[in-house]
Amino acid sequence: MEEQKKYVLDLSVAGVERLHERYVLLRLTQKEQLPPMMPGQFVEVRVDRSPGTFLRRPISINFVDRQRNELWLLVAMVGEGTRQLACLKEGDVLNVVGPLGHGFTCQSGATALHDVLLVGGGVGVAPLLYQGAFLKSLGVKPTFLLGARTSKDLLMLDEFRKYGEVYITTEDGSEGEKGFVTQHTILQKQRFDLIQTCGPTPMMRAVARYAYQQGIDCEVSLENMMACGLGACLCCVEKTTEGNLCVCKEGPVFNIKRLLWQL
Amino acid sequence: MATLNVNIGNLRLKNPVMTASGTFGYGLEFQDFVPLDGIGGIIVKGTTLRPREGNDYPRMAETASGMLNCVGLQNKGVDYFCEHIYPQLLPTGGTYIVNVSDSSPEDYAECAARVNALEQIPAIELNISCPNVKDGGMAFGVTTKGAASVVRAVRERYNKTLIVKLSPNVTDICEIARAVEAEGADSVSLINTLMGMAVDIEKRRRVLSIGTGGLSGPAVKPVALRMVYQVARAVKIPVIGLGGIMTAEDAIEFLMCGATAIEIGTANFIDPAVTIKVRDGINDWLDRHGCKSVQEIIGTIE
Repeated sequence: MEEQKKYVLDLSVAGVERLHERYVLLRLTQKEQLPPMMPGQFVEVRVDRSPGTFLRRPISINFVDRQRNELWLLVAMVGEGTRQLACLKEGDVLNVVGPLGHGFTCQSGATALHDVLLVGGGVGVAPLLYQGAFLKSLGVKPTFLLGARTSKDLLMLDEFRKYGEVYITTEDGSEGEKGFVTQHTILQKQRFDLIQTCGPTPMMRAVARYAYQQGIDCEVSLENMMACGLGACLCCVEKTTEGNLCVCKEGPVFNIKRLLWQL
Repeated sequence: MATLNVNIGNLRLKNPVMTASGTFGYGLEFQDFVPLDGIGGIIVKGTTLRPREGNDYPRMAETASGMLNCVGLQNKGVDYFCEHIYPQLLPTGGTYIVNVSDSSPEDYAECAARVNALEQIPAIELNISCPNVKDGGMAFGVTTKGAASVVRAVRERYNKTLIVKLSPNVTDICEIARAVEAEGADSVSLINTLMGMAVDIEKRRRVLSIGTGGLSGPAVKPVALRMVYQVARAVKIPVIGLGGIMTAEDAIEFLMCGATAIEIGTANFIDPAVTIKVRDGINDWLDRHGCKSVQEIIGTIE
């Protein structure tokens, strides 16, 4: 895969939308055109005015709106740093390094992609929006399967529906089918030739196990703890068939065939 | 424009700003952010005779004004470096120094000898202070005997500039510095990371895979400054200072304490262009204060 040029950008906040008690959507822009970014890549965000936050925070690219020249980041408030990000106001400046890493497969060489299933859980749905939009722009209609604890935890459904069919599971049954994503009936009804997933590790493992058993190609987006984001510090490694690889540089998206997960 | 060049033994650096091993990859990872030929010296990732997988994940924990790591010298070995990485470095015009680490004086020496054969690598930094490997690493750096044994073995097989990186995890860093100077080291760099620990109270266990790790970042700067100040007075060879440098002002503090050059480490993770900013900031400070050369401030603090 071709390496994307990386930048340090001072982006201004064009909008902050509280989607949920724990999630905020940041829309960022700049005067110049935003650089090329691929679905599944991420940026490293510097968190200012947060004394306890020393390192940058890796945040996946939720969407790139080329018409409005906006980069969208869906931020889950998990600690002091991400809570500080949620306090940003329109007009504030956010320093980001990116785009970083290797994202989801968008084309598969000779054989075109047909039936792609994008499986997301929690804040892990974030990169699937941009991937879905990207696939659609290539003429591949994606199917989304989104899981959450309750209907309140489902994020950006209207956005997802712009690009493909959306199927839902909730653990309490308050929306869509009750249960986990791997139990959804769409998996029995429709055959997919590629599954791409991002979400909590237990969910991704379950999805990977399903894909492996069904003989379906599968890519997962990992979120190991990172420091540099550039493949220099070797902190975020994952064990793979090629030894320890940096999730930030070789990933964050990996085909499950490269990982040593027991499926 | 002040004159920024400094000498470390026979090694002439165009400016005193270097990168700390393990924080700047092979430089190539930072090409989009900084001109690699604008950095005084790029010290590449710790290299060992044989390939190493390093420690298990998790290898990192964020701390107050810093971070802990226990990477454990993951690298593909010196032969891979010579054959595959070294040729990629040549076109960048950077000054590269290889950080050499290992588990026995013989392996250190063999690794150094293979780097000695690389024409465009003018120096090595001998890592006798890695806190994250069981066999060797810091074990050599915490006694005068151990430190001397490694430097002696390497000096026999390596005839270019030899920098020895010292551990702060000792009772008296000055006696280690004197011991390696006596064995023919051309310079000492300090400090490597301070050994520390982090705890996850929900999981009720230590965060890092091997339990402990090396602390770096601004949190360690006062300790590093004190040690640089002391060592600069204890040895005649040039001292390279590092530990928590984030800004040009931090770098100038080290220079005034007696460091001839400085290394920037963890700061590269926060700002990938920090090296060049520190270089320019040192120059601006010298200009503002009417100094014609960086030499005018080195070791000027009583």
